[in-house]
Amino acid sequence: MISLNLSAIFYLISGVLFILALRGLSSPETSRQGNLFGILGMIIAITVTFLLVGNFSTGFIFVLIFILLGGSIGAFIAYRIPMTAMPELVAGFHSLVGLAAVFVAISAFLNPEAFNLGTKGNIKLGSLIEMSIGAAVGAITFSGSIIAFLKLQGIMSGSPIVFKGQHPLNALILISIIILIYLLCASQSSNLFWILLAVSFLIGFLLIIPIGGADMPVVISMLNSYSGWAAAGIGFTLENTALIITGALVGSSGAILSYIMCKGMNRSFFNVILGGFGATDSTSSSSNKEQRPVKSGNADDAAFLMKNASSVIIVPGYGMAVAQAQHALREMVDTLKKNDIKVSYAIHPVAGRMPGHMNVLLAEANVPYDEVFELEEINNDFANADVAFVIGANDVTNPVAKTDPQSPIYGMPVLDVEKCKSVLFVKRSLSPGYAGIDNDLFYKENTLMLFADAKKMTEDITKNL
Amino acid sequence: MEIDPLIFRLSIFILSIFVGYYVVWSVTPSLHTPLMSVTNAISSVIIVGAIIAGLSGNSDSVFNTSSVFGFLAIALAAINIFGGFLVTQRMLAMYKKKKKDK
Repeated sequence: MISLNLSAIFYLISGVLFILALRGLSSPETSRQGNLFGILGMIIAITVTFLLVGNFSTGFIFVLIFILLGGSIGAFIAYRIPMTAMPELVAGFHSLVGLAAVFVAISAFLNPEAFNLGTKGNIKLGSLIEMSIGAAVGAITFSGSIIAFLKLQGIMSGSPIVFKGQHPLNALILISIIILIYLLCASQSSNLFWILLAVSFLIGFLLIIPIGGADMPVVISMLNSYSGWAAAGIGFTLENTALIITGALVGSSGAILSYIMCKGMNRSFFNVILGGFGATDSTSSSSNKEQRPVKSGNADDAAFLMKNASSVIIVPGYGMAVAQAQHALREMVDTLKKNDIKVSYAIHPVAGRMPGHMNVLLAEANVPYDEVFELEEINNDFANADVAFVIGANDVTNPVAKTDPQSPIYGMPVLDVEKCKSVLFVKRSLSPGYAGIDNDLFYKENTLMLFADAKKMTEDITKNL
Repeated sequence: MEIDPLIFRLSIFILSIFVGYYVVWSVTPSLHTPLMSVTNAISSVIIVGAIIAGLSGNSDSVFNTSSVFGFLAIALAAINIFGGFLVTQRMLAMYKKKKKDK
């Protein structure tokens, strides 16, 4: 048994360690140490909780059993998950945080004595408000993340699901949540508590279904943020500093990531959240499609171009992840480097299905992180490079974003690929990208289209080098 | 009249949002995926609430409705804690610098 004050200090320490864990991520060198800080903070928080409750009876054994059970499942997943599936994994993990917050809120509601929150049916007003907010946000996080997971996993279609009256319905439900929380606090009725949870699960579901598959980077970041706010809500209920600090950190982290992703697409946050993007545009662009000449080539031509280049910039995109081409790509680059060709990688902020997804895939394929550059760092280098090798990216290279104010992606920051002396574009067909618009780059004089599977094409080029 | 402890918690909360804001902006974009997985792991510190709930039963009856939800929450949070930290560790181990020797 330790005193409440001592435990509060230890919770503060673990909160600070969590801050250091995020701080470590400012560079890859310090990041591993940062992660250890995080683990240490977690061990402190859990140990202190045991000491605080001081009940080492049968219940304690069960707690350990459940920690080990969950822990082994988590560890198993962590070691087995392929890096291409990180977005799904993170979405899945968010749903678990949300559900855990809901469960903690339920047990606090059913047994407030254990948490010092008053007695059943007579919970302290402040705690009840905090608890119901935490539970509602947790439930939204849970069902929203499940939908995001299903869309990313391909179990559910990535296309937006829109119906008439969707936005008024959502607004109505959100207002009803606020009214329910008010009534719950006034009456302490457990029926209202269950209704609140049910309605929150429903709105989480409804909020995510209209958002298209390629907007998932924003959705995942947003749900990341929600899971933080849910944790903070529970932290207020439990009067626990570690939870409050962590909730605030995670909440603002997710919010910043959503902002960065929205900026990468030049779309406002509300535009993404209201959804339906890409569903309406595709019809209009297909009607005025004209046949334009395209130059296509094979692996041999590509190898010839690259062999005679002195610098090559690689532009990877989600298609590379789908084709699992990152290892083949790295082998191709190794061969290029042996021929004294300078190679760098250019990564657009929204490449992939989650923030930083491409960087992880390249790191997995042993690409040194100091050869990988962000959009602002490398965009001026395209003019001096001989070959741009676009693999699995499309909309993020479309020059239309700079030239045509009518285009839906106008104003989006794009990689200036067209400034390169020649562009190699690996793609399976001429079909437009997710924005549903034609890429002008396909028809440029200096573009050579390589129609093939990204992995196979990259391997063939390596053979020909 | 004393200040309500809620105000102190609110102060911690608001200040932590600011700390989070500045710390997260300094995270290098190439580490945004590990950032998400590690925030996942640390937000599972919600396990402390679950443990309190799980230990709330007395020695005669370990399981009551409240503690069962606690135990379930413990398992869910533990998946996240172990999964989150380990997958982050696995990712971060892949980030290597260019070899100097040729």
